[in-house]
Amino acid sequence: MNLSASSLWLIPALPLLAAAIGALTPRGGRSLASGAAIIAMVGALGLSVAALGTALAHPAAHLTDNFTWFSIGTDAVRLGWLLDPLTAFMAVMVSFVGLLIFIFSLGYMKEDANFTRFFCFLSLFAAAMLGVLVANSLLLVFVCWELVGLASYLLIGFWFHKPSAAAAAKKAFITTRIGDLGLLLGMLWLYHVRGTLLFYDGGNGVLEPSSLALLSHGKIAGGIALSTAIGLLIFCGAIGKSGQFPLHVWLPDAMEGPTPVSALIHAATMVAAGVFLIARVYPLMLADQHLANVSVHALTVVAGIGAITALLGAAIAVGQNDIKRVLAFSTVSQLGYMMLALGVGSWVAAIFHLLTHAFFKALLFLGAGSVIHAAHHEQDMRRLGGLGRRMKITFATFAVGMMALAGVPFLFSGFWSKEGILHAAHAWPVSQLPLIAGLIAVVLTAFYMTRLVAEVFLGSPRSDAASHAHENSPVMTVPLVILAIGAVLLGLIGTPAWPWLQSNLGGVVVPAESIFEGPGLMVLSIVLVCLGLGVGWALYGWRKRRDAFAPDPLAVAMPGVFAALAAKLGFDEFYALTFGRLNQLLAVVADGLDRWVWGGIISGVAWMGEALGTFDREMDESGLNGGFDAASEKLRGVGNAYSRAQTGEAHGYLRTLAVAFVVLALLLLLGGVL
Amino acid sequence: MNMLQACLLLSSALFCIGLVTALSRSNTILVLLGIEIMLNAANLNFIAFWRFSPAGSAPATGVIFVLFSIAVAAAEAAVWLALVIALYRHQQNIRLQEATRLKG
Repeated sequence: MNLSASSLWLIPALPLLAAAIGALTPRGGRSLASGAAIIAMVGALGLSVAALGTALAHPAAHLTDNFTWFSIGTDAVRLGWLLDPLTAFMAVMVSFVGLLIFIFSLGYMKEDANFTRFFCFLSLFAAAMLGVLVANSLLLVFVCWELVGLASYLLIGFWFHKPSAAAAAKKAFITTRIGDLGLLLGMLWLYHVRGTLLFYDGGNGVLEPSSLALLSHGKIAGGIALSTAIGLLIFCGAIGKSGQFPLHVWLPDAMEGPTPVSALIHAATMVAAGVFLIARVYPLMLADQHLANVSVHALTVVAGIGAITALLGAAIAVGQNDIKRVLAFSTVSQLGYMMLALGVGSWVAAIFHLLTHAFFKALLFLGAGSVIHAAHHEQDMRRLGGLGRRMKITFATFAVGMMALAGVPFLFSGFWSKEGILHAAHAWPVSQLPLIAGLIAVVLTAFYMTRLVAEVFLGSPRSDAASHAHENSPVMTVPLVILAIGAVLLGLIGTPAWPWLQSNLGGVVVPAESIFEGPGLMVLSIVLVCLGLGVGWALYGWRKRRDAFAPDPLAVAMPGVFAALAAKLGFDEFYALTFGRLNQLLAVVADGLDRWVWGGIISGVAWMGEALGTFDREMDESGLNGGFDAASEKLRGVGNAYSRAQTGEAHGYLRTLAVAFVVLALLLLLGGVL
Repeated sequence: MNMLQACLLLSSALFCIGLVTALSRSNTILVLLGIEIMLNAANLNFIAFWRFSPAGSAPATGVIFVLFSIAVAAAEAAVWLALVIALYRHQQNIRLQEATRLKG
C-alpha cells in the first residue's frame, strides 16, 4: 500500500467529516454519530498504514506537497503536507489507539445523554491531532495545535454541570495558552527572519541546512544564538501542551473529563504532541550544538526541564489517592522522560518511548475507566480494593500495563524504551544529572504502580460499590486486551538486538551498540525497578489495607513527605498565591484605573459638555432670542400696515391708479421734463 | 389745429370716457369695457403719432404695436370673461364692490 504526500490531507479530513456529521446529528442519532466516528477512524488508520508503507520505502526522505494558502502583495503564505517516518509512525499510533478508545467509549459512555456530542468532540480531536502530524508548516501545526487545545477543553469540560470539571477545563485551556504564547512568538520570529514557515521546501524550508546555518549564526543579546531563542520559544508551547514543569498543573485536573478522554488526549496522544513538535523541529533545536561560544544550548534546557518533570511527576504520583490522578502524574513523569531523551540528543529514543507509552498508558487509563465504570464512579483507591477477583480481564490487562510502565525487564515494551532513554542520558557529555533523575524516577514509578495495583485490585473491597463491581462487556474489555498485546509486542521493534524502529525513524541505520553499550546500566535499572516493586509490595502488598479510613503506610513512615506529596508539593497553592494573587491585584488596579481615572476623565468631559450646553441655552434664550423676537415683531407691524392698503376693492385700486397717473402727468407737464 | 392734435384730443376724450366708465360702474363687465376703451385710446395715440410724425415714412412700427396690443387685448378678454363667470358662480352676482375677498 502506498499513499503520496499530496493525498495525506485525507487522514485528518476523515475524522473531521465524522465530527461534522456528529455535530449535525440530533441527540437521538447515537449510532449514526458513533458509527461515523469509528468508520472515519478505521479509514484514517488504513490511510496511515498506507502512508507508513510509503515512508518506509524512503526512510531518509521528507516527502512534501506544498501549496499556497493565500497571497498578500508579493508574499505568499504557503502550507503543505509532510510525509516522513516520524509522521507515519505517529499517525498509525494515534489512529490505532484512537480507534480502540472510540470503541471503548461506546461502552463507557453508553448511559450518557450527550453521547453524540461526545463522539463529535472525539472526532474533532482526532482530526486536529492528525492535522498536527501531517502538517509541513509551523503555521498549520499551530492551527491544528490550537484546535487540539479546543477539543481538549471541550472534552475536559464535557460534564460541565460539575463545577470542578468546568474549572479544570478553564485551567487546562489557560495554562496551555501561556505556553502557546511562546510558540506563537517563536513562530512569528521565525517568519520574520526566514519569510516562510514550511519545514521542508526543496532547500528553502526552515529546517533545511541553509536556513539552519543562517539561524545559528545570528546572535541576540546575552550570547544566545537566534536558533536557540526561537527553539526555546517553540519549546514553551511544548511545555504547556505536554504538561512539563512548571506548567504541569493542568494535566492532573484534566482528569475531570470522561476516562476515555483522559486515555486518548491526556495520556496517549495530545500531551505527546509537545514531544512530537520538538522532534519535528529537531534540526532547529540541534542547530546551536556546534557553537562553542554561546551561553546556553536549547537542548540543555529541554533536558533540564525534562529531568525535573520526570522526577517531580513520579514523586507526586506517590502521594495521590485518586486512581486517575496517580496515572496523570505518571503521565507527567513519562513525558518528562521523553523530553529528557530529546534534550540529551536522542529524539529517536523519545519517539520510541512516546509510542510504547501511548499504548500502555492508554491501556492503564482504559483499565482505570473500566474499574470506575464497574464501581459506579468511585475513583478513590482507598475505597476500592479486591477487584482482581471480580474483574479478571481488567486486572490482567492492567497488570500488563503496570509492568510496562514500571519497566519490568525484557518482556514489556516500556522496559526497552526506558532503557533507550537511560542509555542516551548516560551518553550525554554535558551532565549526568538527568540520568540520576531518571534512575530515581524509575524507582518511584515502580513503587507507585505497585501501590496502585495493590490498593485497587488486591485485598478486600472497602465500599459497597467495590464489593458489587463486576466485569464490563466485551466492547470495553476487547480494546484492553488489544492494547495489552500492543504494550508487550511493541517493545520488540526497538530492542537493542533488532533496532528496526530506530533505524527507520531517522532514516539512518542504528547499530545495536549505539543504544546498548554494555550491561552495566541495564543491570542497575533492573535492580532499581526491583527495589521499587519490592518496597511497594512491602508497604502495600504484604499487609493489605483493612478499611477506607486506615492511614497510608507511607504516611505513617514519613508523614511530612507524604503530606507534601499529597498536596502536589503545593504548586497550585503557590500559583494561586503568586500569579493568581498578582493577577487579582492587577485586576483591582485596572478596575480602579477604569473606574476612577478614565471614568473620571470621561465624566469630566461629559460635565464640561453639559455646562457648555447650559451656557449656550442661557445665551440663546436671554440674548439672541430677544433680538430676533423684536425684529420679527417689527416685520409683523410693517406687514400689518401694508395689508390695510389691500382692501380687495378693485375700484379703489383703479382710482388710486388714475389719481397717480394724473399726478404723474401734471408733474411731468409742470416740471418741464417733456 | 392740425390732424395730430385733433387725433390726440379724440383719444383723450376716449380715455376719459373709459376711465369714468371703469370707475363709476359696479357691473364688472362694464368696468372691463371701460378698460378696453382706455386701451383703444392708447392704440389711437400709437397710430396718430406714427402717421403724423416728422419721420412719417419710417417702418410701420405704430401699426405693429397696435396689432400686438389688439391681440393681447383679445386674449385678455378671454381671461376676464372666465374670471367674471367664476365670480358669478362664487357670489351669485357680478358686482365688483362685493368681490373683496382678497383684502389683506
